[in-house]
Amino acid sequence: MNSHVDQAAARSGATRRDLVVGTALISGALLVGCSPADLMSAGAKTEVGAFGPFIRIAADGAVTVVSKHIEFGQGSHAGLAAIVAEELDADWSRVSVEQSPANSKLYANTLMGVQGTGGSTAIANSWMQLRKAGAAARAMFTGAAAAAWKVPEAEITVKDGVVSHVASGKSAGFGDLIQGAAAIKPPAEPRLKSPEAFTLIGTDRVRRKDSLAKSTGQARYTQDVNLEGMLTAVVAHAPRFGAKVRGFDATEARKVAGVVDVIQIPTGVAVVAKSTWAAIQGRNVLKVTWDESKAEGRGSAELEAQYTDWAAGKGTLPDKLKWESFESRGDAAAAGDGEVFEATFDFPFLAHASMEPMNCVAQVGGKGGTKLTVASQSQTIDQINTARIVGALPGSIQIETLFAGGSFGRRANFQSDFVAECVQIAKKVGKGTPVKLVWTREDDMEAGYFRPLTHHRVRVRLDKDGYPAAWTHRVVTQSLMKGSPLAPKGFDATTVEGAMGSPYLKATPAVDGQVLMPENGVPVLWWRSVGATHTAYVMEHTLDHLAKKAGRDPVAYRLALFEKAGAARHIAVLKLAAEKAGWDKPAPAGVTRGVAVHECFGSVVAQIAEVRLVDGNPKVGRVVTAIDCGTAISPDQIAAQMEGGTCFGLSAALHDEMIIKAGAVDRKNFDAYPVLRHSEAPKVETYILPSTNPPSGAGEPGVPVIAPAVANAVLAATGKGAFRLPMIRA
Amino acid sequence: MATSLEINGRTVQVEATPDTPLLWVLREEVGLTGPKFGCGIGQCGACTVLANGAPVRSCSLPVSALSGMKITTIEGLGGTHPLQQAWVKLDVPQCGYCQTGQIMSAAALLASNPRPSDAEIDAAMDGNICRCGAYQRIHAAIREAAQATGQATGQPTAKSRA
Repeated sequence: MNSHVDQAAARSGATRRDLVVGTALISGALLVGCSPADLMSAGAKTEVGAFGPFIRIAADGAVTVVSKHIEFGQGSHAGLAAIVAEELDADWSRVSVEQSPANSKLYANTLMGVQGTGGSTAIANSWMQLRKAGAAARAMFTGAAAAAWKVPEAEITVKDGVVSHVASGKSAGFGDLIQGAAAIKPPAEPRLKSPEAFTLIGTDRVRRKDSLAKSTGQARYTQDVNLEGMLTAVVAHAPRFGAKVRGFDATEARKVAGVVDVIQIPTGVAVVAKSTWAAIQGRNVLKVTWDESKAEGRGSAELEAQYTDWAAGKGTLPDKLKWESFESRGDAAAAGDGEVFEATFDFPFLAHASMEPMNCVAQVGGKGGTKLTVASQSQTIDQINTARIVGALPGSIQIETLFAGGSFGRRANFQSDFVAECVQIAKKVGKGTPVKLVWTREDDMEAGYFRPLTHHRVRVRLDKDGYPAAWTHRVVTQSLMKGSPLAPKGFDATTVEGAMGSPYLKATPAVDGQVLMPENGVPVLWWRSVGATHTAYVMEHTLDHLAKKAGRDPVAYRLALFEKAGAARHIAVLKLAAEKAGWDKPAPAGVTRGVAVHECFGSVVAQIAEVRLVDGNPKVGRVVTAIDCGTAISPDQIAAQMEGGTCFGLSAALHDEMIIKAGAVDRKNFDAYPVLRHSEAPKVETYILPSTNPPSGAGEPGVPVIAPAVANAVLAATGKGAFRLPMIRA
Repeated sequence: MATSLEINGRTVQVEATPDTPLLWVLREEVGLTGPKFGCGIGQCGACTVLANGAPVRSCSLPVSALSGMKITTIEGLGGTHPLQQAWVKLDVPQCGYCQTGQIMSAAALLASNPRPSDAEIDAAMDGNICRCGAYQRIHAAIREAAQATGQATGQPTAKSRA
C-alpha cells in the first residue's frame, strides 16, 4: 500500500474499502466486485439532506436546486431547476441554483457514468432523475400536511410552494411543514405529473437565474478567484507539440519584482508570482531550451495534402492504419446511367477559443486535502487525474465548480490538461498554498486540443429519377477517442456521426462509407457539435448539388429523401422551417435562401438562411430555425442556444481557421484568428416543434446547420459550391 | 511609485509598476473583477472600462497613462443602469464572461449617442467578441435600454422568436 495514499485517506476519513478501491484505481488495477462509481467516488464525503442530493429547502421555504452540471452558458442551471420546481410545485421566484460538489456516485451523468457535462446531455440525463427528486419531495410535504391536519393526503394540493387542503381551509408554506416533511421517508417511485399538468415547463417563465450576476460583474469565474495567500503561475510551454524541456535559466525571471519561484513541471516551466502581471513579466525573460527530437514537424498543409492523397487512393498507408467501414450495402462502384457528383471537402483545425482562457486554482498539501476551484466540465476525470498526481483517493479531491467563461468542449479532456498542470505546480509549492494557473490567450491557442483537420471525398451517382443510387464516402480525420479509456475497438463514431446513419444514406440503395483515422502530434478534441461540425456540411451541401443536378427544389428534394428514409422528425422540422421562412415565396431582392437539416444529440434542426453577397462574401440576415428537441423545458433558452449556436457555426463557416506550421500554432490571438463579430450576427428566429417526448439536446444541435445553409444560398446565387471552410480566409 | 486614479468616484492610489496594464491593477490591486481578461491585446473587449467616459481596453493601457483620469468599471454602473435592466429582461448573458465589457461599450455608446441606429450599434459593438454568440440579444438589449430611457427613435429590432 502506498504510504502517501494511506495518509491522504487518513486525512479524508476514508474507509478501508475506500482505500483499497482508490489505490486500485490510481494504479490502474481492476478490482472485481466494484462498480466504477464505487472506485471513482472512493474517499468522498458529501452531506445529503432529507430531500436528497438535489434539493435543499430552507426554513423560510426557499428552494435550492443542486446542479450536478456546470453552467457555461448553455442555460442548464435554469432548466434543471425548472424540472425540480415543476414536480415539486415550488414557487419559481423562490428557487435558486447551487453548483454541486464533485461526487461521482451522487452526481454522475446518468448517460456517462461519471460526473461530467457534455454531448448536450445535461437536461436529457437529468430529466427523470430530477422529476423523481421533485415529486418525492412534494410527496413528503403532502404527507406531512396530511398528518398535521389529519386529513386525507389525496385531498391535498400544492401550488407555488403553498400546500393546501381546500375543504378544511388549511394551508401552509414549505417552510412551515419542513420538520414534518423531513421526517417522512421519500417514496422510491413517486407519482409524476402528466405533461398536460405542467405549469412551468415549456413556458416563458423558465428564465435564467444568473443574468443579474452576469450583468453586474458579480458572477464568479476561476479568473476572479482570489484566496488568502494565493500565488499566480504562468507556464512557458513547448513551442511545438511533443517537445520537452531540455533546460532553463531563470536568473532574469527571478529578478522580476513579485516573482516567487520558477519551477519545472512535466508540461514546461512555471513562473510563480504574487500577481499575474509579475508572472507574465517573469516568463518574458525566462530562457528555456527545448528538446524537439520527438516533436511533431508537420503542419496543416502537409496533413491536408496527405489526407487528400489517401482519400483518392494514392500513396501508401502507414503500418496499422487502415480504412474502416462505417456504412456499407450494395455495390456503390457499379456503373449506371445517372449523373455523377464528385467533390472533396476540406476543414481546418479549429480552436475552441472560449472567452475565458483556461485557468485553475489548486491547493495541495494542506490540512484540508487537495482542493480545486475551477470550472470543471468533467469533475470525475479531473478528480482521477489530480489523485494520480497528489497520491490521494479520487473522491477525496474536492472541486468547487465555478461558472465557466465558455468551453465548447475544451474543458473536458481525458488528460485534464490545464487542471493537471495547475496541480503539478501547487504540489511543488505545497503547504496548501492556493496557486492560480493563468493561461494567456496565446497559451490557450498554443495548447491545442483542436477540432481535427478533416478531409471528405464524396461521389454520388443519381438514378433516372434524380435520386441517389450509389453513394461513396471517404473521411480522413484524427480520432477523438484514441488512447482514451473510452476508445472503441473499431472506428471512432465521433469521426463520422452525421454521415453515418444519415437519412440520405438510408435512402440510397448502394453505400460505401469508410473512414481513415491517422495519428499525428496535434492534440484534438470534441468541438461544439463534434463530428457534425464537418459531416453536416458535407451531407447538406452535397444535397443541394444533387438537387441542382436533378433539377429539383432543395426542400422538396430533401422531403422526398426523408420520406424514403422514414425520417418523420426531419420532415416535420423542415416543413415548419419552410413555412415560417416563406420558402414558397420569392426572397427579397438581392437575397438568396439556403436550407439545411441535421440531427445530432437526439434533436433535429432545420434552418433556412437568407444570404446577400457583399463584396463577394456572404452576409447572413434572417435565419429561420425549427427544432425538435423533445419536451422543451425553457423555450427561451432553447432559442438562446439556437441563436448562439448559429453564431458559433457561422463563425467557423466564415472565419475560424487554426493553421499549424511545422508542429507549432501559427495563430495565437484574435488579431490573427478572426471570429464572428457583432455586425455579422444573423437574426435568428426559433420555432420549437411541440413534443411530449423526453427532452434531447439543445446546446450543440444549433451549430452545424448554418454553414451548409449559407453555402447552399451562395450556390443558389452564384452556381458555385464551397468546398473548403472557412469561406473567407484570413 | 504610486499612481492616482479616480475609480468609480473614489480616489485610489495604486502601487503597481507604471507599465502594469490597468486591467491587472483593477482586478488584483483594487479588487474589481468585473472587467475580464480575454486576450491581452485589446482585440476582444472583455476588459472594457470607461476612461473619462470613453470606452478603453484596460488590458492594453499601462496604468501610468491613466493618471488622474476618471475610470468607470461595471461595478460603477450601480446594477440598475438601463442597460443592465435590459440585459436581465432579455436574458442576454450565456456564459457571461464578455458581458461586462459588452455593457461598458454599450454604456459609452448610449452616453454619446442616445439614439443609435442599427449600424451605429454594430460599429460601436464590433470590438467586443462574444463566443457564445449572444450578439442578437446584446443588440436588442441596447435598443431596449435606449427606448427605456425615452431616447430611442425608429423601430426596435424584431424579437428573436415569434
